[in-house]
Amino acid sequence: MKPRPFDYARPDTVDETVALLAEYGDEARILAGGQSLMAMMNLRLADPAMLIDIARIAELNHIRDLGEKIEVGAAVTQNKLLAWPDLKKKLPLLATALPFVGHFQTRNKGTVCGSIAHADPSSEIPLSLATLEGEVVLRGNRGDRVIAAKDFLLDMMTTAREGDEMIVAVRFPVHADRGVAFREVARRHGDFAMVAVAAFIEDKGHARLGIGGMAGTPIVRRIATNGIKDAVEKIVSELEGYEDLHASAELRRDILRNLAPVVIAEAQQCAA
Amino acid sequence: MRRVDKGQKVRVGLTLNGRKMSAETEPRTLLSDFLRHSLGATGTHVGCEHGVCGCCTVQIDGAAVRSCLTLAMQAEGRDVKTVESLAGPDGKLNRLQQAFQNNHALQCGFCTPGILMSFTDFLTRNPKPTEEELREVLSGHICRCTGYAGIMAALKEAAGIS
Repeated sequence: MKPRPFDYARPDTVDETVALLAEYGDEARILAGGQSLMAMMNLRLADPAMLIDIARIAELNHIRDLGEKIEVGAAVTQNKLLAWPDLKKKLPLLATALPFVGHFQTRNKGTVCGSIAHADPSSEIPLSLATLEGEVVLRGNRGDRVIAAKDFLLDMMTTAREGDEMIVAVRFPVHADRGVAFREVARRHGDFAMVAVAAFIEDKGHARLGIGGMAGTPIVRRIATNGIKDAVEKIVSELEGYEDLHASAELRRDILRNLAPVVIAEAQQCAA
Repeated sequence: MRRVDKGQKVRVGLTLNGRKMSAETEPRTLLSDFLRHSLGATGTHVGCEHGVCGCCTVQIDGAAVRSCLTLAMQAEGRDVKTVESLAGPDGKLNRLQQAFQNNHALQCGFCTPGILMSFTDFLTRNPKPTEEELREVLSGHICRCTGYAGIMAALKEAAGIS
């Protein structure tokens, strides 16, 4: 299908974008890569009165090394981050997880921040940001807000962004030399993950486990590495999972039960 | 700032396969429809219109993207390449196209333009890919008649993998 009619604006600066958002509020949607939004508009699941195209705003197309964090601007595509020369060294979890995001062709246009704004509970990038305890930088008429990933991702496709705000960047904590691993189970490569698991070794005795596809938001838990099986079983019993077109809740719990220990073991191996 | 209201007609110009072209359209027009209906370039096919099947894949500034998930406005002023750009002026197939013919990698041909545009981008950036990488890129396309074995054989020939 085709999208319903809308007003289109292509501002040259973030200031112009914020002014448009102040004017239109919830009636406006930000278009960056459009790999989720355009599909939703074609299916008439989204129907904005105003579409604000930020893809050409130069000040949003940066990957900046802030020392402890790497800041990724709202116009940076997933393939641009994947091709960033320091990615493997400074953000190894992203280097592992990004190839699972959609396909080569959609990563050419889809943005890192757009995936976080969309907040699909099975998406790889929000899960990575939550697992790494990163943050989201919002800008609105009242100024900037920096929000931790766990406070930004509220529920399925629901975030803490106000109608007059835009994401200008996200910040991933640098985790060079940490053991990390990422795996997901999907029907086919590039499909929505039924369950996705990220693991991050905090210290000799503890791992951080990030789980996607089991609830409305990514779930992040710290577990002791001397009792992984029991810890995973406890998480499985707490999380109900949900049923959709791709998998039943029971299948999701079963995948998590089997996948999580494998991913943690991989992260430990990578740390050793 | 470029701004167009919904009822407004707008002239959108872009470079299509090396030629500057423009046509009147409206903000909601998808690039896939703009290419086919406004510019008459019907080599690009339209399948699912939500970015899954891959047959509408074209290149914008060299990068393979879904034209059904792109507005014509987003391609304004950009360099767009479609399947019509691949063969020589005398109709001689390029290496990738020839490999498709050699390996019977198309039957109805509906998905083929998108696959060719994806791999023209991918093989330019990765001239020595592994078979696994070719498969990963091909996973962004759905073929319902030829079967992927012939397509993989053609891609391997084009990439020089024996």
